[in-house]
Amino acid sequence: MSAEGSSSIDALGQFKLTTALGPIGASVNFTQANLMMIVASVLTLGLLWLGMRPRAMVPGRFQAAAELAYETIMKMCVDGIGHEGKKFFPIVFTLFFFILFGNLLGVFPYFFTFNSHIAITLSLSLFVFVLVTVVALREHGLHFFSYFLPKGIPGVLAPLMVAIELISYLSRIISLSVRLFANMMAGHVMLEVFASFIVMLGGIGLLGYFPAGLSLVVNTGLIGFELLVASLQAYVFAVLTCIYLHDAVHLH
Amino acid sequence: MNQMSTFRRIAPLTAGMLLIPALAMAGDPMPQLDFGNPLLKSQVVWGALIFIVLYLLASKIALPKVGSVLEERAAHIARDLNGAKEAKTRADVGMTEAMEATAKARAEAQTAINAAMTSAKEKAAAQAEIDNARLEKRLQDAETQIAQARAGAMSALRQVASETAASVVTRLTGTGPDAQKLDAAIGAALSARGVG
Repeated sequence: MSAEGSSSIDALGQFKLTTALGPIGASVNFTQANLMMIVASVLTLGLLWLGMRPRAMVPGRFQAAAELAYETIMKMCVDGIGHEGKKFFPIVFTLFFFILFGNLLGVFPYFFTFNSHIAITLSLSLFVFVLVTVVALREHGLHFFSYFLPKGIPGVLAPLMVAIELISYLSRIISLSVRLFANMMAGHVMLEVFASFIVMLGGIGLLGYFPAGLSLVVNTGLIGFELLVASLQAYVFAVLTCIYLHDAVHLH
Repeated sequence: MNQMSTFRRIAPLTAGMLLIPALAMAGDPMPQLDFGNPLLKSQVVWGALIFIVLYLLASKIALPKVGSVLEERAAHIARDLNGAKEAKTRADVGMTEAMEATAKARAEAQTAINAAMTSAKEKAAAQAEIDNARLEKRLQDAETQIAQARAGAMSALRQVASETAASVVTRLTGTGPDAQKLDAAIGAALSARGVG
């Protein structure tokens, strides 16, 4: 929002990290991104905690929401991974709601979207990558490396196939992290750009009113779009995690 | 899987497209790639810490709570269903028993009716036989009596005829007839009439 009044649009200023929680936060380099993570975590736990407090046989609205969250992710795990999916349910659940609430919180004005930082999304995707590889090695031992050489490949092509499979396996880290990061960042850049248009065009007088109004309309639409992207990207991240885990457990 | 490959194809493209305006608009580097900023690393460390705490709280406390409620409900529903099934089974058994009892009772009644009818018929037949036999006997007795009476009458006829003939001859002639001749003549006369 620092673009106000200036002639250039500072679309990236919103991603600048600052410390949060006053001098205490500053002394331990606690950023506003981390504050948002805590809010997202509290929302996730609050949904489950408060929702399930009645422990009703016939759930109320809030409990139904908590149960729906639980059952949706459970279904995603069991459908995606198979019978073993229940084992990975807590981690997929945590990933999904951490990302979902992080994304949704980011849509609020003045809030920070921690998933717009490649460092965060890369850490998440590296975590998933390591988890998947460890699961695969524990399930299959050294046999896991046969994953990189699909059956029925003629000997000449084998080195090429191994190389391709290896690259595709490693590129999961990049695709998983960049997809989330780029989506979140792009949306927020667009919002910032059009918000700056409103201010700048509204400032030049009568001629600017119409395009400024148009920018407001666009921005309103973008907010709705952002809500969709926020949920969709969290879903995609969780589903892909499930698919990778499926590969790890079943090797194709 | 198809979904995944679509995402895979779209993602780098989107990323590339969306990075262009961002880079074009700012002379200074993206804050996300400002590696000189210590906050860039610290947010990851804090983030990892928060994520681990969230995972532990969710997996150890919050999610099992939801799971237990769902399990309880599933168990409750299963129990109720089982109860209903058992009740139905019991009802079915009762129904079958009642039907069997009805069929049995009907069969027994039928047997009793048949037996009663058979015995009544037998009794009636026996009674009829006895009556028949009695009537037959009476008939025979009567016939015997008739035959005796007739025989008695026939033997008396010969005596009457010879006495009458002797007295007639005596009156007519004054002398008694020859007994031998008379007897022969009466015998002939009687046998001519089919009596002797």
